[in-house]
Amino acid sequence: MSLRGRACIVGAYEHPTRKAEDKSTAQLHSEVAWGALQDAGLSKDDVDGYFCAGDAPGMGPLSMAEYLGLDRLRHVDSTDIGGSSYIAHVAHATAAIALGRCNVALITLAGRPRSEGQATGTATRTQNPAVPDDQFEIPMGRTVAAAYAMCAMRHMHEFGTTSEQLAWIKVAASHHAQHNPHAMLKKMVTVEEVVNSPLVADPLHRLDCCVISDGGGALIVTRPEIARSLKRPVVTVRGTGETVKTHAGGYNDLTFSGARWSGQHAFEEAGVTAADIQYASIYDSFTITVLIQIEDLGFCAKGEGGKFVADGNLISGVGRLPFNTDGGGLCSNHPANRGGMTKVIEAVRQLRGEAHPAVQVKDCGLALAHGTGGLLGHRHGSATLILERE
Amino acid sequence: MPERSIQAPIPDPTTAPFWEAAKEGRLMIGHCRDTGRHFFPPRGVSPFTLSPNVELVPASGRGTLYSYTVMRTATPYVPAMVELEEGPRVFTNLVDVPFEEIRIGMRLRVAFRATEGGPPVPMFAPA
Repeated sequence: MSLRGRACIVGAYEHPTRKAEDKSTAQLHSEVAWGALQDAGLSKDDVDGYFCAGDAPGMGPLSMAEYLGLDRLRHVDSTDIGGSSYIAHVAHATAAIALGRCNVALITLAGRPRSEGQATGTATRTQNPAVPDDQFEIPMGRTVAAAYAMCAMRHMHEFGTTSEQLAWIKVAASHHAQHNPHAMLKKMVTVEEVVNSPLVADPLHRLDCCVISDGGGALIVTRPEIARSLKRPVVTVRGTGETVKTHAGGYNDLTFSGARWSGQHAFEEAGVTAADIQYASIYDSFTITVLIQIEDLGFCAKGEGGKFVADGNLISGVGRLPFNTDGGGLCSNHPANRGGMTKVIEAVRQLRGEAHPAVQVKDCGLALAHGTGGLLGHRHGSATLILERE
Repeated sequence: MPERSIQAPIPDPTTAPFWEAAKEGRLMIGHCRDTGRHFFPPRGVSPFTLSPNVELVPASGRGTLYSYTVMRTATPYVPAMVELEEGPRVFTNLVDVPFEEIRIGMRLRVAFRATEGGPPVPMFAPA
């Protein structure tokens, strides 16, 4: 069964905070849920499907249903594929709605790594003896930054990609972030400023990395009939895809991501190609994440990503592929260290015509949101969503 | 260049023989008896077939550098992916090499490093 056209996003809300010292994670979940329901024109008692991932405290849906007072649930899903979870949740909600298992699905994300002082990218975590890879990887000083940097280093080796090309991705994000009053980094940066910022993990510099922020976001997904009865513009799910990419026993090619497979499925289901996409939310934990995914999604050939992203090609109103017009994770927000939710939210804004006027894509009718969760150079989840304005 | 202190790996019942061999300076890898292919990290199951028909076998300890980074932490170090002669790529660290002399494709050999109270871990140095 195809999911094409089987559900619509009618509520989308991004928490304006970037530092929430005075709020609990559960409270942030409740505030984004409230915001998304208000946006949709629905109420708590309409929610009969709930979706959350590893950022939700306690036993996920159990703890959150308790805190949020969700007492009419018929369907729950706590799939956790890292930061890409929420993009997959839209697909799972669409499937559940198509099967009649729920009518109004709520998806929430929230967290406060900034207030908690997590050295998200550069600190080695402690081993969990039950996780089979930890004993082989944690003593080696595995970090988030290193996992992405090794991919960048190999991509440069095979394809001649340069630090300047990667820097263009941050430059484009910063061009968009200057218009977002909530963005953590509102100042426009140049290629020179990116490549002259301190190295974090060669060849990635500080400005190749995303921000660390508190906050969250939520989405409401519902049946097309209900969506059309509400007052908001209707954004319909057109294509979906997800996968997990692993080390494959030691035969992992670091120049590819799971986007190659999740993207292909989403495009096939949608019946469109990369050339048809007018706006793309592309997961941007690091600049290299964007470049590899753009190739794997088919916006250009493998190895051509460096040329594709250079010279402002990702800047709205300038380039061929306007991306992350809210400033993305690179400049605006990466709540709970999980960027998939905000990727969907900005795609919805673009399709509704509600992005900032300076970055709004004219007559945006078809958009893509894609996420990579976990560690690009190790194991990661991958989810792709193609959305259209009705 | 000072080296960072290394967390002790926590073996589990399946991997204990790997770490016992490490104490003797021997690098072991997984071998799938059904496909004849080697894999890493070792485990009680073949990542190619899901069959338990696997064994732990000695590796040559020789390989080439597939990719790396320099973590610019207080004590910098070099996370790396090393492609073993037997095929699998291993997530490890490079040691005993100045950062500016590191080249993808360079020939390497295993060099065990002591950990904080646990078995030594297999890192790699120029061959």
